[in-house]
Parts: sequence; C-alpha cells; structure tokens
Amino acid sequence: MSGLWTKKDLLGLEDLSKDELELILSTAESFKEVSTREIKKVPALRGKTVLNLFYEPSTRTRVSFEVAAKRLSADVINIAAETSSVRKGETLIDTGRNLEALKADIIVVRHNASGAAAILARHVNISVVNAGDGWHEHPTQALLDIFTLKEKLGRIDGIKVSIVGDIAHSRVARSNIWGLTKLGAQVMVCAPELLIPPAIEKMGARVTHDIDEALCNADAVNILRMQFERDEKGAFPNKQEYFKRFGITEERLKKNNKNIIIMHPGPINRGIEISSEIADCKNSVILEQVTNGIAVRMAVLFLVSGVQEKKDEATD
Amino acid sequence: MREKAKILDKDTIARSLMRMAHEILEKNKGTQNLCLIGIRNRGVYLASRLAGCMEKIENRRVAVGTLDITLYRDDLTLIAAQPVVHKTEIGFDISDKIVVLVDDVLYSGRTVRSALDALIDFGRPRSIQLAVLVDRGHRELPVRADFVGKNIPTSKKEMIEVRLVESDGKDEVVIMEKD
Repeated sequence: MSGLWTKKDLLGLEDLSKDELELILSTAESFKEVSTREIKKVPALRGKTVLNLFYEPSTRTRVSFEVAAKRLSADVINIAAETSSVRKGETLIDTGRNLEALKADIIVVRHNASGAAAILARHVNISVVNAGDGWHEHPTQALLDIFTLKEKLGRIDGIKVSIVGDIAHSRVARSNIWGLTKLGAQVMVCAPELLIPPAIEKMGARVTHDIDEALCNADAVNILRMQFERDEKGAFPNKQEYFKRFGITEERLKKNNKNIIIMHPGPINRGIEISSEIADCKNSVILEQVTNGIAVRMAVLFLVSGVQEKKDEATD
Repeated sequence: MREKAKILDKDTIARSLMRMAHEILEKNKGTQNLCLIGIRNRGVYLASRLAGCMEKIENRRVAVGTLDITLYRDDLTLIAAQPVVHKTEIGFDISDKIVVLVDDVLYSGRTVRSALDALIDFGRPRSIQLAVLVDRGHRELPVRADFVGKNIPTSKKEMIEVRLVESDGKDEVVIMEKD
C-alpha cells in the first residue's frame, strides 16, 4: 500500500485501483480503534459539514454515515428527499448546488437512479460519497464487507466468496464483485435464472443457479435480501419457494460447508433468504459488519475531505 | 541535503537512554503506576527501549503503548492530501497512571500538543511527562521536556535526523543542512 488519496469523491469501486482500495482498508483499520475509546471521537473533521442527502429510505446506511461523521467531529445534517424541495420539483443538480452554497464539505447521497452520485459530483466542487445509486454501486457497503472478510480471514487475495440472492437488482453485489476481484478474490454469484443480469460474468464473477455449488467451496457467503419491492416484472419466485431453493439453512451448511462465514448487508428477512439459526450462529458476522461500517465510512469521509481542501486552495 | 555533523552514535544513544530511564525512575520513585507511550513512528521504538532499560534497573516491566497523532494534527486543513493514518494501540487504562510520552525530536511542540489532546481522550492520567531523545529548540507552543537525551542548538534551516535500527538499520543522530 502506498500513495495518498487523490479523489474528491467516492462514487464506486469500479473506479478505484487496488492501491486505493488497500489505502481505504488500512485507514479503516486505524479508525476502528476510535470507537473502542472512552471518548469515541477524534477532531479530524472538526468544522466540516457532512450532508446526508437521501432520496431513498434508508436507516442503517444513513445512521452509519452519521455516526462515522460525528466520531470525526464533523457536523451532520440529514435531508430526506420526501420532506425537501425535491417534492417541489428541484433537480438533483440544483439541490447539490444549493448545498454547496451552504458551504457543506461532503454530500453523502443515496438515490434510486444509477449514476446519480456521479452526476452530482460533476456539478459540485465539494466531495460526493455514493451511499447507493439505483442498481449500480454501493461502495461503502462493499468496502465494509471486504474489511470484515479481511479481518476474519487475514487476506483477500485468493479467497472465495459467494454472493447469493437478487443479483440483478443489487448494487451491493456489483460493488462487491468490483472490489473483491481487484483484490484477488474469486467471486461466484448464485440466484434464480431471472435474477442474474446478463453482463455479470464480464465483471469477473462466476455464475451458478445451484446453491450447494455456491456454498461448498467458498470461504464466505454474502447473502442478499430479496428486494420484493423492486419486482416489477414478476421475475421473483414466491417467498416459500425461494427459501426452499436458496435459503441458507443449518441443514444446507452441514451438508456443504460448516465453516463458511455468513454475511448479510441487512436488513435480514428470517425465513426467506436466511434461517433464524444461521443468522445468529457463531459463523455469522452480520453485526460485526455493522460495527466495521463505521470505521470504513470514517476512513472514506476522512480521505475525500482532504482532497476537496486542495481544490479550494487551487481556486483561491 | 547534506550531512553536517553526527551528534550521537550507537553507544551514546544507548547511554542517553539508560540515563533517561534512571531519571524517569528517580523522579517517579520506581515503576509503580508508570507507563510509556511512544509517538509514532520512532517514539515507539524509543519507548520500548526505555522500557527495556527500566527492566534492567528495576527488574519490572512497564506497559508500553503506541500513539498515532495524525487525527489530532492542527495542520490537517493546510496540507494537500490526508496523511496516512496509522493505528493507535494503548492496551491498558491510562486513568490515574503516570504517562511518559516518548518522541524522538522535540521541535515546534505541535506534535506534543496533539498527543496531549489524544491522550486525554483515552482517560485522565495522574500526570503526563515528556521524554525526548533530542531537543532542538524553536518552540512554537509552551511545551518543555522533562527528560532529554541531548540538547542540540540548531538553526531553522537545519534538520535533525534520528535513525534507529528498528526503522533505519542503524542508530545515529545527525544534523542535515540544505546545500
């Protein structure tokens, strides 16, 4: 790992080099300790303002970013699009420019359109962090998944990770595939036929529709929630059928792989994609992922905030 | 940059550290409640050497921690890109302890100011003392060291380089000067 961070924004893992990914992970390692202190706060972003701009409902990601920003001593303002001027017809770009005029330093944006964060980043000089854009990317979720894997397995290079669930509608899957493959891991995706997007193999992931195959050789399985609310074309099996064919159960793990690490970005649906016993079993790192999310988001906010400063100096 | 003079070598560094260890123990009447916290990077190596010296003298091991002050720097908004953040590892409670901060060079005093802020976030030590291998003057803040290996008067154009076996392959302190 070498070199300093030079990007104003974090839009996706597709844009990042291996070195940049490793820099975020090692910075997050240093930040993890801050949350274990008696006073869980460092002054690194004192006087900076972080705006959480959320066009989609989200509790865990927003709260995680909020906690991360506050542990860096930044001021945080949350904007939910339903209650903002978006309802009065303001465009994303205009909203972004207004936030910039308020002298915010970082916008954390969640939007239902793929590419929204990138558009915003092009039109403002302040930093933009993608907190999920449509089906495109959710970089900080993948970074915390990878961070957790590295913590558990000691490395990413050479490990095997299976991602099971609604791959077609999943920005988490996309970001994970980009990040993991760049760091040398092998990724397999597993889902019903209609929930595998056609281009996924070009991203470097292997495809299977057989859950046993996905489990038997993997070091970890990342289980995605079935996003039934996104099923417009009737591509989803019903819940019972899905659990029977793809649900991660004790029985299935006993048969294939008892030591596999169980991951899930949340919210979990017990009895649909994962059985209750497995969600709470000793191999499950689901809650550790939540803890690690803070450290990873602190690292990202810290790194991008430094670059924006440079830009300001250049325009002075 | 060229090397102007060698101020300390392997033997004189070892003697200075041994003397400082004696001074720390004398002032604090032994190792009771004492701990050492080294400031990254070279302060960490010096802290562990001081702990080794103390063990030779008192036959007791004092706790040693590692402090990274990056997040407490007062120039974060002035520098171009964020510096690399390393781990802070203090595996013991510093509340009510006598903490001896250890660094290689004392110069402006800003690193020590950052370190004091960081330490206070870990608890409330009974006292904090400062040990440095080299004090080169030119303070910008009201900070002074309790234990000093060597006072080296310098001009601001000069630089002090502390080289240690652990990070640089050999033990020496040299004054560097711009050509």
